[in-house]
Amino acid sequence: MSDAKTDRPLLEIKNLEKRFDLDQGFLETLKFKQGKFVRESRSVHAVNNISLEANRGEALCVVGESGCGKSTVARLVAGLLTPTAGEIHYGGQRIDNLSRGDMQPLRKKIQMIFQNPYASLNPRMTIRQALEEPVRHHYPSASAAEVRDKVTEVMLSVGVDPSWAKRYPHEFSGGQRQRIAIARALTVDPEFIIADEPISALDVSIQAQVLNLMLEAKESRGLTYLFITHDLSVVEHFGTRVAVLYLGSVCEVADTRTLFSSPKHPYTRALLSAVPQLKDDRPNHIRLKGEIPTPINLPTGCPFQSRCAFADARCKSEKPKAIHQPDGSTVACHAVEEDRLDAVAAG
Amino acid sequence: MSLLSVRDLTVKFAMRDQTVTALNGISFDLAKGERLGIVGESGAGKSITGFSLMNLLSRPGYIDSGQILFNGEDVVQMNDKRLRNLRGNRMAMIFQDPMVTLNPVLTIGQQMIETLMAHRKLSREEARQIAIVKLREVYIPSPEERLEQYPHELSGGMRQRIIIAIALLLDPQLIIADEPTTALDVTIQADIMELMLELCQSNQVGLILITHDLGVVSQMTERTLVMYAGRIIESGRTREIINDPQHPYTQGLINALPQQTVPGQRLKQIPGNMPGLASIPAGCAFNPRCKYATDLCRSRVPETVHYGEVEVACHEVQRLNSDEDRQEARA
Repeated sequence: MSDAKTDRPLLEIKNLEKRFDLDQGFLETLKFKQGKFVRESRSVHAVNNISLEANRGEALCVVGESGCGKSTVARLVAGLLTPTAGEIHYGGQRIDNLSRGDMQPLRKKIQMIFQNPYASLNPRMTIRQALEEPVRHHYPSASAAEVRDKVTEVMLSVGVDPSWAKRYPHEFSGGQRQRIAIARALTVDPEFIIADEPISALDVSIQAQVLNLMLEAKESRGLTYLFITHDLSVVEHFGTRVAVLYLGSVCEVADTRTLFSSPKHPYTRALLSAVPQLKDDRPNHIRLKGEIPTPINLPTGCPFQSRCAFADARCKSEKPKAIHQPDGSTVACHAVEEDRLDAVAAG
Repeated sequence: MSLLSVRDLTVKFAMRDQTVTALNGISFDLAKGERLGIVGESGAGKSITGFSLMNLLSRPGYIDSGQILFNGEDVVQMNDKRLRNLRGNRMAMIFQDPMVTLNPVLTIGQQMIETLMAHRKLSREEARQIAIVKLREVYIPSPEERLEQYPHELSGGMRQRIIIAIALLLDPQLIIADEPTTALDVTIQADIMELMLELCQSNQVGLILITHDLGVVSQMTERTLVMYAGRIIESGRTREIINDPQHPYTQGLINALPQQTVPGQRLKQIPGNMPGLASIPAGCAFNPRCKYATDLCRSRVPETVHYGEVEVACHEVQRLNSDEDRQEARA
């Protein structure tokens, strides 16, 4: 993987925004206010001004709770959604405004794995048909024998017996089906894989099998991952860098080790403290007040201020910018910037 | 006398062409106010155990043999009237998905007041007051207003709190919680766990917590049962089971967790899958996935023996303990 572009990140996300309109038709946008009809449409602010980078060979994890926009980020990068604003660059090329045709060669490089392997395989196709389809599509000149060989090779590499190729998805367990979904992504030799909660639907012992498989594929194929998950212990194990999302904004980006050893943003700290620990039976979790606000009416200022114990007047009015820290992490928090956090904790 | 005593409970499912055994000779006890965890992967029989305790199994499932003694009275033999008195009143159940448990077309108040009036001789106003007290106990802000709201108007965490409040309405002696926090985010899960722990301790309510998450069990319970393919394979004090598991499956389950491995290294996976109920292997059900398995394991079901601090069903538990990897893992 030593080409000229290695000094630039493989994936660059710049000021990405995505809004989903709630009121779509003309009549839905009509509201009756103060004796007059006005046009007004509400929208869900799913992703707000996110900038992220992933270098080659990295596993960038995006974590956050439901509704924080992590899956929307994955879908935007995969080109399944069009951003409202902002840019996505892949290998130095802007990809968010490409036409379907221009996107084709990139689809081979960027593959996606979804959470539910039951839904991501066509129940009426045998495993062989499902695995051969992407190869045929992306390599139209490949002979039938070549396609067959490629599929057999990938099946072996993910631990699925090639003699099962004539079976249908329902004949496999959840873990095996997820292996097949991973095999399907690998058949076209991608360099970048977007995995949206790939192991959340699986049992603990099977999670380990699938995670090992993804780690092996990373080593042997030099893959880069964008890994979306809510499970912090998986992040600690799998990720090289982590971005913590809250209400569509990035709170903190750091190397995995830095994030887990010295989390800075108050939300990151609360999130880490909430993970049930195996060996320690004393929960020391930081209680957050209130609940996640709706992304329809975003709070002004810092998105986290309504639940943050350190919020002051500035947090309520001004949205914090991402600021680089001495240890290489990036944190968007006024309290961290003003060094108020640990002063309070110490005092 | 223990609050609950389950003896040799066997549950079967009559399928079209065969009858499969979902629970095979389950026995355990629960003291008053005790918190017990049941862990295992999907298909182990944890939820079936929960349903059986309330005699809630419906066809094709049925209790084939065994006893479930609750305060000395056998739940299996109870008639419908006695069961109605038992369910909700003395035993309550909390499920994973609060949206499915709550009736979407009734307000929270209607559902709570209805439950209270069905079991107790109360006026509507008295029932309303009790509902408000219970909602306050689970830290629901402005409970009077919540009573008028419908389930869809509330967040997931709030709904699960309301479910807990409903479970506590009639001051039961035992709560069976089947994956109560699995559908929730971690920060909300931590809140709900704290709340349940606090309520069980202050009201001396027994808790059976069914979950696949060993971290949750570790923080919530005093004793743990580990289930595999319809049997209890290991049981004992939670701390002992987490710190020094004896059965190879329990060891595998704990070692497979990402936090048990140096980041970036291969996780210690258990090979293979849990067998389906129709194809449980002969002998110890875990034998095809177990690296210690012998001919004995492949032919005879292991008895439960007392070993160290726990009860374990494994033929090879002694040999396994002298194993080098195991010594290493402990050190």
